[in-house]
Amino acid sequence: MSQKHTLSVLVENSPGVLARIASLFSRRGYNIDSLAVGPTENPDISRMTIVIEVEGHALEQVIAQLDKLINVISITQLDPVTSVQRELLLVKVATTPENRSQVLETVQLFRAKVVDVAQDAVTIEATGNAEKIQALLRVLEPYGIKELVQSGLVAMERGLRITEKFN
Amino acid sequence: MSEEMTGAQSLVKSLERAGVEVMFGIPGGAILPAYDPIFDSKIRHILVRHEQGAGHAATGYAQATGRVGVCIATSGPGATNLVTPLADAQMDSVPVVAITGQVSSGAIGTDAFQEADIRGITMPVTKHNFLVTDPKDIPRAIAEAFHIAESGRPGAVLVDIAKDALQLNTTFDYPTTINLAGYKPVMHPTADAVRDAAALIAQSTSPVLYVGGGVIKSNAYKELMELAELTGAPVVTTLMALGSFPDSHPQHLGMPGMHGTVAAVTALQKSDLLITLGARFDDRVTGKLSTFAPHAKIIHADIDPAEIGKNRKVDIALLGDLRNSIAALLPELRAAFAKSKPDLTGWWKTVNEWRTQFPLGFDEPDDGSLSPQYVIQRLGQIAGPDAIYTAGVGQHQMWSSQFINYEKPRTWLNSGGLGTMGYAVPAAMGAKVGAPDKVVWAIDGDGCFQMTNQELVTCALNNIPIKVAIINNESLGMVRQWQTLFYNQRYSNTELHSKRIPDFAKLGEAMGCVGLRAERKEDVDRVINEAMAINDRPVVIDFSVHRDAMVWPMVAAGASNDLITVARSMAPVWDSQEL
Repeated sequence: MSQKHTLSVLVENSPGVLARIASLFSRRGYNIDSLAVGPTENPDISRMTIVIEVEGHALEQVIAQLDKLINVISITQLDPVTSVQRELLLVKVATTPENRSQVLETVQLFRAKVVDVAQDAVTIEATGNAEKIQALLRVLEPYGIKELVQSGLVAMERGLRITEKFN
Repeated sequence: MSEEMTGAQSLVKSLERAGVEVMFGIPGGAILPAYDPIFDSKIRHILVRHEQGAGHAATGYAQATGRVGVCIATSGPGATNLVTPLADAQMDSVPVVAITGQVSSGAIGTDAFQEADIRGITMPVTKHNFLVTDPKDIPRAIAEAFHIAESGRPGAVLVDIAKDALQLNTTFDYPTTINLAGYKPVMHPTADAVRDAAALIAQSTSPVLYVGGGVIKSNAYKELMELAELTGAPVVTTLMALGSFPDSHPQHLGMPGMHGTVAAVTALQKSDLLITLGARFDDRVTGKLSTFAPHAKIIHADIDPAEIGKNRKVDIALLGDLRNSIAALLPELRAAFAKSKPDLTGWWKTVNEWRTQFPLGFDEPDDGSLSPQYVIQRLGQIAGPDAIYTAGVGQHQMWSSQFINYEKPRTWLNSGGLGTMGYAVPAAMGAKVGAPDKVVWAIDGDGCFQMTNQELVTCALNNIPIKVAIINNESLGMVRQWQTLFYNQRYSNTELHSKRIPDFAKLGEAMGCVGLRAERKEDVDRVINEAMAINDRPVVIDFSVHRDAMVWPMVAAGASNDLITVARSMAPVWDSQEL
């Protein structure tokens, strides 16, 4: 049974690192569900949050192969229960003067935000885990989704624990 | 201590500091600045005739000496010609560093003349690679490249340097320590794993030592011998491991896999415990994985964590340098055996029956023509176990693995993982440069030889007197064998129609070698001895052999030999897709 796994990967902030990781996944036949890259508190190091869908045994291989890349400093598997996992959604929904208030009510219910209003559309920003984002989209769909863009998942462990230490 | 110099001088000085004594290469535009200080360096530069030859020569040098092999080429086509040997070295875990020139940093990405993104191209076929655009980064890149190539599981590393980085002035500051946050090979297995492994061995009544090329990489031959004699278990050595354990040792069953001995293949199949040492459960050894060694528990000792469980689920992993792992295992095993040592008498009785029932052998051709196996066997007997043998890929390679006795490590060099035709001649050149006092024979097929023979010119001009035995069956023999067995003898594009075109003896002469020929059995010893007596020039012998000779045992569906049919019922399954 394949399922989704979230890996938090610290990498050296050097050119070509993303290509190395993409190349590894492609040549070993692993499917990336989502990938988010950004800086960390240390300018020499970036963090990647990678969501992959594989079987348990294959996950060990993915981690071992990733770890072989010289630019990869550490890999932590994040448990959805003990970590905070968020995606960002921007979605442009068609509105009419009649249904706009209903749309705005939905926005409030989901604790999302309206970031732009036009005559016949509103742009909504929402953050949350994958389930919340999907639920919001299901509710908005009947109004007509004109455009949407979604970030990859970013995640961090809950509590005091620091995901990885690096020197 | 830092000195002012150009990036090119800094590169050459860094290579000297890394301990390089020889490099194989060809200059060109982007790497040209480096060739000026190379002219003055104590590093020997051997000017090859094709960059692929430089890469395989570096590999042969590394395999023969255990040191890092170095090749150097220019940007674009020079660099792309290195791709095959780099992939080859990486697959066989050979420490090689390639230096390539790149177009100037400002021109990168503009499709400039002779520009190729060699870092991008070689990413999947190297252990690591670098693109250097700032001259001050050159010493660190070189130091890290050598460290990465030779430590942990060895491999190929490429350093691509922009032309302006070579031309600009910089300060030379060679790092004394290397600390790569993301690269810390595990050197020693855990005590728990070692104890568990010893306990498992102490319970096994039909163990086999499944020995791979890692034993040679970690120089663990003494430890392996001690372990073999302590356990008393049968030993099989893979294609990459030949010579790590003497063929003549009574516990040695030969090579496992598709063309392995029946005893080695069957012992793995019937074993209750594989003590796997630096081997990787390659498909050419296992066949269909689900049918491989179905009753065996697995101890897997390897330095690469990604090999553990990659193909076969393991019971105990000994992660670390093989030499350390075996050394740690020995005292634990002695302690375990002191309590109870399994009796392997019954196991050996069975194994020995396979050995006597299915020895390696070959039939002489009915028409009196020369048997390729006989040529290779005599070559091994005359040149002896101190010589170094390289091979290309195909039938001649398998016969060389079967009919030459390897007694010492680093005497059998071949392209195991990638299966690179054309490997033999340049690898022999590299081996001879690294071990000038050894006799070096390249055993090559006529197909392989026509891919890289131009390096014989390099050998002739640089006093590298290798000897080449061309097993000339005028065809791409291994592919032809498969067509015989699996494609109803429809020989599509495997006949080279090469009756004397080219005339290999004359071709050898034209390249500054001595050219010899043998067509009959009675010629064989004479020409080999003649070649053995020549030490001032390379020698090429064209052995015209029977073209229908086949490599047996071939444990594959469709084989018709009766003995093999019997053997096949005991062997793993080979899907036709895997052939």
